[in-house]
Amino acid sequence: MGTGISAVKKLELFPEKIIDLKEIGGGGFILRLPRRYDFEAGQVIGLSTRLSLEPRLYSIASGENDKELEILFTRKDDGQLTPALSGLAQGDTVYSSRPFGNYTHVTPGCFWIATGTGLAPFRSMLRSGKGKDAFFLHGARDSASFYFSEEFRESLSNRYVPCSSTGAGGCFPGRVSDWLLQADELPLDKQFYLCGRAEMVVEVRDILISKGISFKNIHAEIYF
Amino acid sequence: MPKFISDMEALLGKTPDELKAIVKELGAQPFVANQLSDWLYKKDVQSIDEMSNLSVKFREKLSESYEIGLKPYLTVQESVDGTKKYLFPAANGKFIEAAYIPEKERKTLCVSTQVGCKMGCLFCMTGKQGFQGNLTAGEIINQIKSLPEGRELSNIVYMGMGEPFDNMPNVMRSLEILTAEWGYGWSPKRITVSTIGIIPGMKEFLERSDAHLAVSLHSPFDEERRQLMPIQHIYPLKEVLDEIRSWDFGRQRRVSFEYIVFKDLNDTPAHVKELSRILNGIKCRINLIRFHAIPGAPFQSSDEQRIEAFKDELNKKGILTTIRKSRGEDIYAACGLLSTKILGNS
Ligand SMILES: Cc1cc2nc3c(=O)[nH]c(=O)nc-3n(C[C@H](O)[C@H](O)[C@H](O)COP(=O)(O)OP(=O)(O)OC[C@H]3O[C@@H](n4cnc5c(N)ncnc54)[C@H](O)[C@@H]3O)c2cc1C
Ligand code: SF4
Repeated sequence: MGTGISAVKKLELFPEKIIDLKEIGGGGFILRLPRRYDFEAGQVIGLSTRLSLEPRLYSIASGENDKELEILFTRKDDGQLTPALSGLAQGDTVYSSRPFGNYTHVTPGCFWIATGTGLAPFRSMLRSGKGKDAFFLHGARDSASFYFSEEFRESLSNRYVPCSSTGAGGCFPGRVSDWLLQADELPLDKQFYLCGRAEMVVEVRDILISKGISFKNIHAEIYF
Repeated sequence: MPKFISDMEALLGKTPDELKAIVKELGAQPFVANQLSDWLYKKDVQSIDEMSNLSVKFREKLSESYEIGLKPYLTVQESVDGTKKYLFPAANGKFIEAAYIPEKERKTLCVSTQVGCKMGCLFCMTGKQGFQGNLTAGEIINQIKSLPEGRELSNIVYMGMGEPFDNMPNVMRSLEILTAEWGYGWSPKRITVSTIGIIPGMKEFLERSDAHLAVSLHSPFDEERRQLMPIQHIYPLKEVLDEIRSWDFGRQRRVSFEYIVFKDLNDTPAHVKELSRILNGIKCRINLIRFHAIPGAPFQSSDEQRIEAFKDELNKKGILTTIRKSRGEDIYAACGLLSTKILGNS
């Protein structure tokens, strides 16, 4: 047993040439890749800049019928992948896996809750013609980090509720958890889909349960 | 608050190759690296100064940039049943817990691998605290080395705070230190690593280590397991089991499945039937675990009678099933109860 990089094939990766990589503010980047496989909105791919670096997982942010595959990511300055990934340009090679995962359910009148880049599966669903009647509680650090907010507002109108402690741009002045704590009534019969960092998911899940939502109606995708 | 973090680099957690590089850098002979690893992993000294077979000059040079990396426990709580919960400092002012569980025939230490956890299992106190960082291999080994009972241990289980396969490099390195001849020289049969089924990490572990594997199962039904464990969206149990089927279990290495029994949720005859269907062909054991209530959790533990009956039904189906003794419940040291959130915040 050694401590070097394992030779085990963990996730099959294929080289892809970047179609486009652009910074969209708020530390966010959109990566566009050729789309080789069918997928279901809500699925993820494994992605790496080199074969020796363990792939990280990313939700597909584009729609099922879009020609290209889009990934929304933020750069973590002390991260192993995202600093390198964000430095790449059109024509550079990355390694990606087939789509997988089953965070793909959409139910009538469902309730989406996401922070940071956790909106990606929901954007993919909307672009695939799914979840048109969803309610979306969207948390972000500041106005620059409300990625794709125009698209969401256009599709969901007042069922799109951006939340930020800064109160920027007329959004709810608080975190998504504050919004939920202040909500008079939550629909007990609807399904709640949570996506983002663990801290958000566990906090929001506890609030929902304390407000009478059955844990059976709560579905979480954690960006671990 | 006392100063837990030092500017010195820790030696604990280093492999022979790394020790050789240090020794070379400090101008000593290569064999000194072997002496150093003996002091680190086979003997118990508190400081570099006590490494008596190293020259005084070398010890002085070494002490300028390095320390052993021992972090003594801060507090210990003892349960009425003898279980002890040790609180250790980790980096950045955070804390982790290790549970020492003495029994007649074995003395087990349950070690942590992360400060908090990212996996968010609904029934787990550690999950509720979110993620604050990975432990280094040295910090994992420190839980053994700084434990008063460290040299009496018969078994180590990686079942404390965190998901081991979300901290692969440090977990694999700690396993290497525990099992290598130059390290603790333990048989891998005395070690069990528990996962919720992170498949890439599990593959690497099975390839590179001979220690036992435990998988948190908790429900054989896809939808139900998703409600309890978000990981099911990414690495579904079926694929975890397919991977396990491709490895040789049963002789040297064992696989077991952890199953917390929740009242009226996963303790029905349908669950027995489905468990026996999905585990068909895997030589394994199921460990039934009583649920220890955590604040706000929307379920309860099954009663004793139901757990016994569930065990009997599974045994009748040919799946070796046991009920894990509840240990350290009164000091919150039992399975799923470890949390240092309040300490972390204060
Ligand atoms: C199912 C799934 C889907 C995902 N989808 C997306 C997505 O669409 N867009 C996106 O940007 N990211 C997504 N992620 C996260 C992504 O996989 C990477 O973890 C992230 O981009 C950081 O990678 P990195 O290599 O740069 O950082 P790493 O080298 O992995 O880590 C950098 C630093 O951050 C710390 N860290 C890592 N994760 C966490 C965490 N959750 N909480 C606190 N600290 C942490 C590490 O300890 C380290 O110090 C997803 C993750 C999962 C599991
Ligand atoms: S059960 Fe294990 S993997 Fe799940 S949240 Fe708790 S510590 Fe993490």
